[in-house]
Amino acid sequence: MNGNVLQVEDLRVYYPTRAGSVKAVDGVTLNLAAGERLGLVGESGCGKSTMALSLLRMIKSPGRIEGGRILLDGVDLTLFSTDEMRKIRLSKISLIPQGAMNSLNPVMRVKNQIIDGMRTHRPELTRQELDERVGETLDLVGLEREVTMMYPHELSGGMKQRVCVAIAISLRPKVIVADEPTSALDVIVQKQVMETIEELHEQLGAAVILIGHDMGLMAQFAERLAVMYAGRLVEVGPIREVFHGPLHPYTQLLISSVPLLDEKGSFRGIPGITPSLLNVPPGCNFHPRCPQAKEICSERVPSLVEMAPNRWVACHRGEV
Amino acid sequence: MAAWLAGAISPLRRNPQLVTGLVIILILVIMGPVGMLLVDPKGAKVGTAIPDLPPSAEYPLGTDTHGRNLLPVMLLGTPQTIKIGLLSGAIGLGVGIILGFVAGYVGGVVDNIIKGAADVLLTVPGLLLLVVIAITVKGTVTVNMMAVVVSILAWMWPTRTIRSQVLTLREREFVRMAKLGGMKGPEIIVQELVPNLLPYLASSFVGAVASGILASIGLEALGLGPQNEPTLGMTIFWALRYTAVLRGLWWWWGPPIVIIVLTFMGLFLISAGLDQIANPRLRRLT
Amino acid sequence: MRGFILRRLGVFFLVVWLASTVNFALPRLAPVNPIRQRLLQAVSQGGAAKTDMEAVVAYYEAKFGLDQPLWKQYLNYMWDMARLDFGVSIANFPARAIEIILRGLPWTLAFLTVAVLISFALGTLLGALIAWPRAPRFLQFLVAPLLTLSAIPYYLLGLVLVFLFAFTWRIFPLGGGYDLSEMPELSLSFVASAVRHSVLPALSIILSALGSWALGMRGMMVTTLGEDYIALAEAKGLKGSEVFLRYALRNALLPQITSLALSMGTVAAGSVVVEVVFGYPGVGTILYQAIQNFDYFVIYGVVMMIILSISAVTFLIDVLYPLLDPRISYERK
Repeated sequence: MNGNVLQVEDLRVYYPTRAGSVKAVDGVTLNLAAGERLGLVGESGCGKSTMALSLLRMIKSPGRIEGGRILLDGVDLTLFSTDEMRKIRLSKISLIPQGAMNSLNPVMRVKNQIIDGMRTHRPELTRQELDERVGETLDLVGLEREVTMMYPHELSGGMKQRVCVAIAISLRPKVIVADEPTSALDVIVQKQVMETIEELHEQLGAAVILIGHDMGLMAQFAERLAVMYAGRLVEVGPIREVFHGPLHPYTQLLISSVPLLDEKGSFRGIPGITPSLLNVPPGCNFHPRCPQAKEICSERVPSLVEMAPNRWVACHRGEV
Repeated sequence: MAAWLAGAISPLRRNPQLVTGLVIILILVIMGPVGMLLVDPKGAKVGTAIPDLPPSAEYPLGTDTHGRNLLPVMLLGTPQTIKIGLLSGAIGLGVGIILGFVAGYVGGVVDNIIKGAADVLLTVPGLLLLVVIAITVKGTVTVNMMAVVVSILAWMWPTRTIRSQVLTLREREFVRMAKLGGMKGPEIIVQELVPNLLPYLASSFVGAVASGILASIGLEALGLGPQNEPTLGMTIFWALRYTAVLRGLWWWWGPPIVIIVLTFMGLFLISAGLDQIANPRLRRLT
Repeated sequence: MRGFILRRLGVFFLVVWLASTVNFALPRLAPVNPIRQRLLQAVSQGGAAKTDMEAVVAYYEAKFGLDQPLWKQYLNYMWDMARLDFGVSIANFPARAIEIILRGLPWTLAFLTVAVLISFALGTLLGALIAWPRAPRFLQFLVAPLLTLSAIPYYLLGLVLVFLFAFTWRIFPLGGGYDLSEMPELSLSFVASAVRHSVLPALSIILSALGSWALGMRGMMVTTLGEDYIALAEAKGLKGSEVFLRYALRNALLPQITSLALSMGTVAAGSVVVEVVFGYPGVGTILYQAIQNFDYFVIYGVVMMIILSISAVTFLIDVLYPLLDPRISYERK
């Protein structure tokens, strides 16, 4: 037993379509230590949301987990029945959803939406205990108690998102998957919600996977960063090291395209477009756009290799 | 040419509903004229046969209490009923197009009035309104008059649909571009909006036809239809009048029901098929 | 709150007023006023009631005659409408139209209310279950028959039902409201007889309406199931039944109830012809007979009463709706 609360081993999630198989997650191996803050970053369509959903086994048909294991505290979630998985959700691993605008039931009061999850997993709790917990949870996310009796349409975007965060932490799970929790919010509210999540993390000690495409947010929050491209991981490492010395060409281009406030220059992007997950290029899926591609890159898929202590990269460049 | 044909057929193959619906309606429409070539239309007149006979080789659909051979009655009456539907549907669509465009394009008070009128009329029991109107228009009602009366209730859905489509399209970029390019209002309507509206126009037409047929049959069954025409609704009226059910004359009211159900199913399939064209999201993924 | 109710009440009165005005205008728009014609015809037919009929004609002329200015006629008319005075029945003279109508109204209201409630409740539940992915598979086979049923007009279904269940297999009575041997009183046997006679007419409406409610609800459910809050409900690990009832169905019910309010008119119109098929002693049969006899006042009266009832029900649903949807408030923002 190592200190990893979550271990993803060679996860494959495919969506069969008439035109072929969409390989949203194509062999991802990732570890999450207890209490760690991991950031999973990538462009739109790289499969990170599918990653998030698959951790909760919420992939909708026709998509399915084709292979690999997801070990939560050493237990393989891919083998769970629907009912066993249902019992795990919220209590051991929870989700902070992307669009809080519509994630709350419009006809239920906030209090009941926080309580029903708790009551389902902890039926022994009394009415009073449930109420107390709701109160505590709201305090933790910085919402006032009056919110309990309100309906979602009476709340602002930021408040709704905090309610979603409150729901996610209500049973003190071990892992919290935050799927782009602030994408729908404006910058100021974004900062506030992220700060709330940070404070929470201090107090609760849950491991958090923050999924997103905003490098700035990652820099603010994550301890370790995993970079995803077209269904595969290309680089994983401690965040400062990745930022200051990215090893994978994609990460390098990604970081250099982030505009800096104190430098003037022209915008640099990454030439080419992201491949369709239906038709992933052979070998390394980044090679058509990679300025440092070699011949071997179009032939063999590079595996994630530890090139430096705790620095994992999937690239043929570093090979001899 | 072959390529064009293939291009026209392949979407049809992916749309079995539309094809099935069209086939059903086509059969029902053709059935009349074709049937008349094989059957003597005089048989539909009163008193030509022994009344109340069950189906036999001589009278495949039996006869009614008036002594009419029911097979030619059905063959004559079905196209009539469908004609009422088509006419009222066309009128309803025509009015609906005009009102819908005006409401959507002009907006403001005019829009409110038109929309309000359509909404109110939709919730009112239409048949009853038609009863009141029909009873006022006494005298011999012809098939064409039926169509006109029934079309009074046929314009609301087309108006609503077209109005909402016009409202959506009005804000779209290509209309703005057209305006910038100097096109005037009516030009924009004809050249830009209409092509996009075609599936909705077709679907509204089908809906208007269906409601027209439904309303006309209802009116006729109550006795307010063209008394001398053997439309489906009138056949039912006579059947009710002469208590055909209680006397077990199932061949009198049975065939009209079957034909009516087939007609509605056909129309429904057509409209579902058209919906698929208009809204690609409804197309099946397989 | 008051404003909300007043506004809905305003719509109610608007619709009723419009209907009355249409009823007023129509006969006067025809080249020859058919009502006057009919009245004169009744007089010329003679019989024992001839002198009384002449009195009615005189009364009618005094109120609505050509020598009266139109606005005065209109006011007289509206005043009568307000008191539900629809005039006299020309065919059943000297009975007043409202009396005849009231004889049939309770029958219609009774069986129609039950039919609508049952078909709405069953249809909505069925439609919701059909749309729910975790419901038993066999429910999907119900879609085609429900579709067919919903396409059949009520009265045609009624014909088939009467033939099968009353004529061929004598399970239910052939028609009428109650056994002729029963006295219309509040006795158990009378009520039982009345219920037996209302089963087939009610079924004609229930079977067809159920189909359209079910299909409508299925559509609403499919849309609702795509919403984000359903996904979060699943992410919370809630039991399937709870997600189905309190998250999906509860939300899909809202547009479904709006459909109910909007469909009242169609249902009422359909039930009229159903009554004719079964000879059921409601306002539908009364209307049918009035049509055969060109009994104008009764015809207008029945139509007005039905419109009144529907508007009242729609008003009720409108006013109660905010109780179901917290996003709609009684206060004007």
